[in-house]
Amino acid sequence: MLFEDMVLGRSFEDMCAQMYYRGKMFGFVHLYNGQEAVSTGFIKYLKEGDYVCSTYRDHVHALSKGVSARAVMSELFGKATGVCRGQGGSMHMFSKEHGLLGGFAFIGEGIPVALGAAFKTKYEKEVLKNDKADAVTVAFFGDGTCNNGQFFECLNMAALWKLPIIFVVENNLWAIGMSHYRSTSDPEIWKKGPAFGMPGVHVDGMDVLKVREVALESIARARRGEGPTLVECETYRFRGHSLADPDELRKPAEKAHYAARDPIVALKNYLLEHKLADEAELKSIQKKIDDLVEDAVDFADASPLPPRSQLLENVFADPKGFGIGPDGKYRCEDPSFTAGTAQV
Amino acid sequence: MALNKMFGAIRGRAPSQKLARISSQMQSPSSLRSFCAAAKEMTVRDALNSAIDEEMSADSKVYLMGEEVGEYQGAYKISKGLLQKFGPDRVLDTPITEAGFTGIGVGSAFYGLKPIVEFMTFNFAMQAIDHIINSAAKTNYMSAGQISVPIVFRGPNGAAAGVAAQHSQCFAAWYGSCPGLKVLSPYSAEDARGLLKAAIRDPDPVVFLENEILYGEAFPVSAEVLDPSFVLPIGKAKIEREGTDVTVTAFSKMVGYALKAAEILEKEGINVEVINLRSIRPLDRATINQSVRKTNRLVTVEEGWPQHGIGAEICTSVVEESFDYLDAPVERITGADVPMPYAANLERMAVPQIEDIVRAVKRACSRSARGK
Repeated sequence: MLFEDMVLGRSFEDMCAQMYYRGKMFGFVHLYNGQEAVSTGFIKYLKEGDYVCSTYRDHVHALSKGVSARAVMSELFGKATGVCRGQGGSMHMFSKEHGLLGGFAFIGEGIPVALGAAFKTKYEKEVLKNDKADAVTVAFFGDGTCNNGQFFECLNMAALWKLPIIFVVENNLWAIGMSHYRSTSDPEIWKKGPAFGMPGVHVDGMDVLKVREVALESIARARRGEGPTLVECETYRFRGHSLADPDELRKPAEKAHYAARDPIVALKNYLLEHKLADEAELKSIQKKIDDLVEDAVDFADASPLPPRSQLLENVFADPKGFGIGPDGKYRCEDPSFTAGTAQV
Repeated sequence: MALNKMFGAIRGRAPSQKLARISSQMQSPSSLRSFCAAAKEMTVRDALNSAIDEEMSADSKVYLMGEEVGEYQGAYKISKGLLQKFGPDRVLDTPITEAGFTGIGVGSAFYGLKPIVEFMTFNFAMQAIDHIINSAAKTNYMSAGQISVPIVFRGPNGAAAGVAAQHSQCFAAWYGSCPGLKVLSPYSAEDARGLLKAAIRDPDPVVFLENEILYGEAFPVSAEVLDPSFVLPIGKAKIEREGTDVTVTAFSKMVGYALKAAEILEKEGINVEVINLRSIRPLDRATINQSVRKTNRLVTVEEGWPQHGIGAEICTSVVEESFDYLDAPVERITGADVPMPYAANLERMAVPQIEDIVRAVKRACSRSARGK
């Protein structure tokens, strides 16, 4: 299962790169190659009903959380069948049914929002007296975000109010071209957890089994109500920051070092060594995923572009923006309410 | 007494825009006082407090969070008594982390809670504006309708008294330009109650711009207003005072100034129609244009900065829709194009005063060929 999910992530992202260079995808696209162990290691051990909040590097988080490859690919192509009907794009994947709280373009923006979902769980339990409320939220973000004020604000409040959240730092050592060591006074991010009163764990993010160990423990901890955990995953992105990034500043030696620690290859070797699977099985999984991704591309290609009428839709949940009347229904549906202004 | 019967008759049917129409037919709030000996007075502070109290009682998903809202009873005492009534789980004192707690509020609203986020002033909301715009306003659109954000951001906006540049900015124009937000600005106690209740019940993010100076001002309120299901429509302006010669639009504190200016001008034979905008976004262009088509002259009043302000938008709306009806160029009265100075005399010069409104109205009236 882990292997399949990681292969899905990798194949999908590789296909994205191909599609981008063929002109089918546009705008900002940030690929996750190399970091699959983190996404798979955490998300596959969440329950349905748990929440994931991500950044602009969110395709694989969406896939791991259960959004179909077709929906994600269509969204990237900007088609009406995408997970957000083409209105979000690569950086803004939202899925209410899968508990994907979104990809956020501003770094650090997703962390307080994730904390809000964790807060909601606690509120449900304590105020609304729903004993079954035990959803855990996982917030993914990068090393650059750990220098942002919102990160620290959230560490403080999460520990203060004992919220069921796991802060997962995908430390891939680089912002765009800014090395983590050049921008951070103390580069060991996991140390910042205990400063706020929560455990800080450092784990090798290229090894999905190690990530799984930490994930299971921190998820259980949060579900028990013991509060947040800060997990620093040492990982690496094999491609540039985005598809527009020429990636010139990273030394080839460093890239080679981490390429040798490719999480998919590592897991494959582990499975073969411990006879948990054989070559043929793994090959068939790879083929299955390749077919799935191809199918997603075909589906997205064949999907229609959003219709013109979709431009003005969904600005407000309330159809015309006039709010709710005293009878609890939308005011614009009240026949005696004159039309007014909320139209273009 | 006839008035009481009228209100009684309406209460059965409840659509409160009828109430707004009827009360607009009266000359001014002071005449209301002379009719209803039974009419109560309520300060804006109590109006807001009662609105939050009632909505929190009615729906356990509503909660309040902000700095000093709990044990301190609210920085401006708006949340007085709420901690005692609802407990610390629903009235949260936050650390001084606007970005953080606004984000928490937005995140909890994604999945169905209904937070009221109080900013000590909207100036501090600038530290959280990323979440107000990017996480709250845009989310329903970005997720194609999957995730709506039923959150209210409220707090005092605009100039207070002597609080200088970083505490005195008016944010109506900034938030009013953002699609995905509803922006409301009450004037009277009735506005405060009705609009805040509407905002809390609303499924979309609402920016609720109050005014610190108005908190202590008392306004007469009818029994209709005090009813727990009293709600005002979002997107409808109120004609506070009917007139025939010139239309003056204003919101928040400036409505009071405009009404006083209207009384002064009445003595000089100029009959002013004062529109209380109530809703900055959606802006009630229909009411404004209808009024200008009647009076043929327009003066817009606001406390904020002139460039790209509310008055600019209203002027454009009127020029686009009612150009042929204008007998004189639109007059804009705004705050001075400077950060707010501290010295008391400079501050008075930086914000519109009643005399400025009077002068501008006279200018608008004397520019036309007919004169008046």
